[in-house]
Amino acid sequence: MSSMNAALLRDLYFGMLRIRIIEERIADLYYEQEMRCPVHLCIGQEAVSVGVCENLSVDDYVMSGHRSHGHYLAKGGDLPAMMAEMYGKVTGCCQGKGGSMHLLDRSVGFLGATAIVGSTIPMSVGAARASVMRGEERAVVSFFGEAACEEGVFHESLNFAALERLPVVFVCENNLYSVYSPLGVRQPEGQSVIDLAQGHGIESHEADGNDVVEVYNLSRRLIKEARGGGGPRFVEFKTYRWREHCGPAYDNEIGYRTEVEFQQWKARCPIERLETRLLEEGTLSPPDIKRMRSQVGEEIENAVAYAKQSSFPDESNLMEDVYAP
Amino acid sequence: MPDREITFAQAVREATDLCMAEDPTVYLMGLGVPDPKGVFGTTVGLQEKYGPDRVFDVPTSENAMTGVAVGSALVGMRPILVHQRLDFALLSMEQIVNQAANWHYMFGGRGGNLPLVIRLVVGRGWGQGPQHSQSLQAWFAHVPGLKVVMPTVPYDAKGLLIASIQDNNPVIFIEHRWLHNVKGHVPEGVYSVPLGAARVVREGSDVTIASSSYMTLEALQAAEVMSEDGIEAEVLDIRTLRPLDQEAILDSVGKTGRLIVADTGWKSFGIGAEVVAFTAERAFAKLKHPPHRIGLPDCPSPSTPAIANRFYPRAAEIASAGRAMFGLSPTGIVEEPSVPEDIPDPSFAGPF
Repeated sequence: MSSMNAALLRDLYFGMLRIRIIEERIADLYYEQEMRCPVHLCIGQEAVSVGVCENLSVDDYVMSGHRSHGHYLAKGGDLPAMMAEMYGKVTGCCQGKGGSMHLLDRSVGFLGATAIVGSTIPMSVGAARASVMRGEERAVVSFFGEAACEEGVFHESLNFAALERLPVVFVCENNLYSVYSPLGVRQPEGQSVIDLAQGHGIESHEADGNDVVEVYNLSRRLIKEARGGGGPRFVEFKTYRWREHCGPAYDNEIGYRTEVEFQQWKARCPIERLETRLLEEGTLSPPDIKRMRSQVGEEIENAVAYAKQSSFPDESNLMEDVYAP
Repeated sequence: MPDREITFAQAVREATDLCMAEDPTVYLMGLGVPDPKGVFGTTVGLQEKYGPDRVFDVPTSENAMTGVAVGSALVGMRPILVHQRLDFALLSMEQIVNQAANWHYMFGGRGGNLPLVIRLVVGRGWGQGPQHSQSLQAWFAHVPGLKVVMPTVPYDAKGLLIASIQDNNPVIFIEHRWLHNVKGHVPEGVYSVPLGAARVVREGSDVTIASSSYMTLEALQAAEVMSEDGIEAEVLDIRTLRPLDQEAILDSVGKTGRLIVADTGWKSFGIGAEVVAFTAERAFAKLKHPPHRIGLPDCPSPSTPAIANRFYPRAAEIASAGRAMFGLSPTGIVEEPSVPEDIPDPSFAGPF
């Protein structure tokens, strides 16, 4: 960490803080019942989005699943368009037709997030193959959760990526739960998801997904290797979602996980961990943090105002865009 | 060479070849695509011509390979994905229905075009049985966002495949195995047949037979039988199930006042149900007789020819339905008696 320059560390911190504040604002506003779509917040998991995407250029592709706000924002996706999408407005990134689970910003290489677990994994592989066919040097990052590793399409996709040595980095965020179902009822005890990836002959790693510096350093190497023709790479980042699977609330009291477990993970908050270190080192000062918070606060309020003031799509849009011209 | 005749399979191969020569983003993949048999001859020699990057075999991973095709299409490629049986593609319904069909709409038109052709072969005969001969075109035609094409003659196979490859949407292109060896007039060079247009293949004034794919051949045979008793059937090859050319069907029914729909799939909830329903909604007053659906009975596809022959309706059943509309008795078997019923013509030998 000491070798990492201060500007980068501040960027990583700011990136995480920004996602956290945006997600918390969405949670607060959700109770107004104006965002009439499901939301899957990534509070607690920000380090993975930021640490990985910091290594990507605008030409690299990213795809994701239902919990994609952090990936979209870290890749540079437009915030007002994301907010407007959640409010169902015509200015949303999908003109309101997708909602929170279908974020997209092709101008920054975010090719799309979809709502079926594991479904963008083969598309990421296909985008990578297209790049190879055209002789482009490009990395593709596929974000998914550990539940996706239980899908057949995960294995099919890894097999093909390995077969063709495609430039894909598979990023698994293991947050231990698929909705309310814990890992223990879904995968055999003692088996790690990296065992599954290694079984396909893919170099695989596991790391602390709540340590953004570790995420950054590891993914930097893996992305570089994949982009350079080294074949696919797989990484599992262990992390934890703080709020309910879908919606704005905490749900530790309903009985599928414990308050104790949550507090243990909260104590490992990726933002606080980096903040403490940067304050100790003098890389960051309390006024810096205050400035950053105020900057993001302003950005999110502007985006919310934009979303709220935007028009809903006209009813005539119902039958539009079923087919491409 | 105005009268050049080639087979349906050769027409499919030629369309693919021409599109690949013309557009470097077109590529072809599927299990067995480069193998010596080349998917019933439809892909033979293409890997030699275009190389293993653009024509390649794939793992037996139907769902992921569909996703690979989708992902590549999103960034500008035009994949053609081939399945030797439609039944195999059911493993990829997630990618086809949830993802490909929805893509353009769910991203508000900003998600990028998704030009993708999925070629599916419907098997029949020689004991293909429950999992190698399902004709599930109605599944695909049900879903907005997909286009579904089902040609009968080689001319259309080539022209519709070229149109499908050039289309900016996911297209399900369904080939009946009994059509691959059928010959017909096919011009050389690139031409396209527009998606969404039916074609009158036999004019008639008394009854409309709307059919698609292999059932069009049975319909034409039935029309000849009916003609012997003075009933002139108009045979309309639907060609594209989605978009469906309702106007062509209504025009014909407006003329004949009678409608038979002959489909290769199950009758219940099928293509016939859709065609009869919109005709009743839009032209009920034109109908002089209740419409009739020809389709498969409500049982899976059996293997043994002893009962498979009763599973598949043929020309006699269509002709009998037409005759009944005029108060005439059913006709007997009208098929070529020297050809066993579980093969389309003597050139077919098992296994296929």
